Amino acid sequence: MGGYAAFLWPAYAVTFAVVAWNIIAARRAHQQALVEARRRFSADADGDAP
Amino acid sequence: MSAWAGVLWRDLRLALRRPGQVVHPLAFFAVVALLFTLGYTPELGKLRQIAPGVLWVGALLASQLSLDGLFREDAEDGTLEQMVLSGQPLAALVLGKTAAHWVITGLPLTLMAPVVGFALGVPVAAMPGILCALALGTVSLSLIGAMGASLTLGVRRGGVLLSLLTLPLAVPVLIFGARATELAIAGEGLIGVLYLLGSLAVLALTLAPLAAAAAVRIGLE
Amino acid sequence: MDWTWFHRLASPPHIYRVAGTLTPWFAWPAGLLIVSALYAGLFLAPPDYQQGEGFRMIYVHAPSAWLSVMIYGVMATAAAVGLIWRMKVAHAAAASCAAIGASFTFVSLVTGMLWGKPMWGTYWVWDPRLTAQLVLLILYLGYMALRSGIDDLGRADRASAVLAIIGVVNLPIIRYSVEWWNSIHQAPSVMKMERPSMPFDMLAPLLMMLLGFTLLFAAVMLVRMRAEVLRRERGASWVKEVVS
Repeated sequence: MGGYAAFLWPAYAVTFAVVAWNIIAARRAHQQALVEARRRFSADADGDAP
Repeated sequence: MSAWAGVLWRDLRLALRRPGQVVHPLAFFAVVALLFTLGYTPELGKLRQIAPGVLWVGALLASQLSLDGLFREDAEDGTLEQMVLSGQPLAALVLGKTAAHWVITGLPLTLMAPVVGFALGVPVAAMPGILCALALGTVSLSLIGAMGASLTLGVRRGGVLLSLLTLPLAVPVLIFGARATELAIAGEGLIGVLYLLGSLAVLALTLAPLAAAAAVRIGLE
Repeated sequence: MDWTWFHRLASPPHIYRVAGTLTPWFAWPAGLLIVSALYAGLFLAPPDYQQGEGFRMIYVHAPSAWLSVMIYGVMATAAAVGLIWRMKVAHAAAASCAAIGASFTFVSLVTGMLWGKPMWGTYWVWDPRLTAQLVLLILYLGYMALRSGIDDLGRADRASAVLAIIGVVNLPIIRYSVEWWNSIHQAPSVMKMERPSMPFDMLAPLLMMLLGFTLLFAAVMLVRMRAEVLRRERGASWVKEVVS
């Protein structure tokens, strides 16, 4: 690629790594929120145990 | 006496009781210039080239020092709440406090600049231009700082965050101010850049008190 | 004009459902566009006569830079809506945007630096666009720091909303002053691909990438918003129904 390869590939790699992070982190945040909500409701169902 | 003038006068009188606090930013300004000299070179010719940057960064950082206390003390002893409840337009009262900050810090920094500049090799002919530029610039800096100070009211260790918030907003002032100083040193016409600085100051004067007042209300909830 | 749809959006369970339905409609087209644009940009577009293959950097740099600025605008708009109409959901939207915007600002800086190195022999150049992106990153970080520095959620929402609005008003001023600063000092300018006379083979992948990234942002933001809304409404009965 005319010597630019050493710069193009890392650039594309960083870009798509961040794209992947955005997708993964967002989905994980959603999953975590669901888990916490579930936990809260089962805790409430069991009564307010210390 | 109108409300904002009353606030201004009160803050001025309070500041006079604590001369050490007033001198602190000014001493800091001088120290910054000293550090740059020691860290770089004693040659006035070379120092003159970095003088615009040093003067403006120094002024910016020095004016930050007294910003943290702008609202904090009044918030702590309940005075700020009284201002909010007073029925007077809060933006006007905030403008009064900001004006006091400028009189106590911004204006002295401006007046000090020729002396500090002289130590950095700035020619005497450049002084009037530098004074005008800094007078306008410090007005904007005080207003921008007031916005930052009001936003960080409820934040623990808000001082560091204050700098992080204020500095990006101060970039245009810094750029135009340093350029004006550069032109003044070179003996060229700087009226155009002074107009730019002036328009920033006017924009800040109209919008910043409103934003800061909104932030004060939020911060006191 | 019937504004019921707008006011219904303010209801957290409604927005949760709508966001869930909309996400795939943004995600799949985004994926398709980005993959096609990648292929077209890397293999179909001819090399630039000045920059050779190096110009292909634009296919990742320009979309990230576009996103960094657009997301800030979306964030500030959502914040303003939240402040003016007191819609908690709007504040949740603004909060969802911040990390995404900051990450793409970071990418624009890295790709900009990697574009500069083969051009100018140095990784960092005070090019007006790179400098402005750096200031934008600091604006994002300041917003996120202010949010995390205030414990009360309502106050954090409102204070960061004021900050976002201040930032968005300042953004054009900052960018203008940095361009002005740069032109005065005639520093090297890294990005020279702004000519509208770009041939179609080069332009088409770029437009596809821009659109693809925009849709990607929409999808990611909707997912984050669902998480944000769930977290904020934890005790509510509608959440109980969703979760079980």
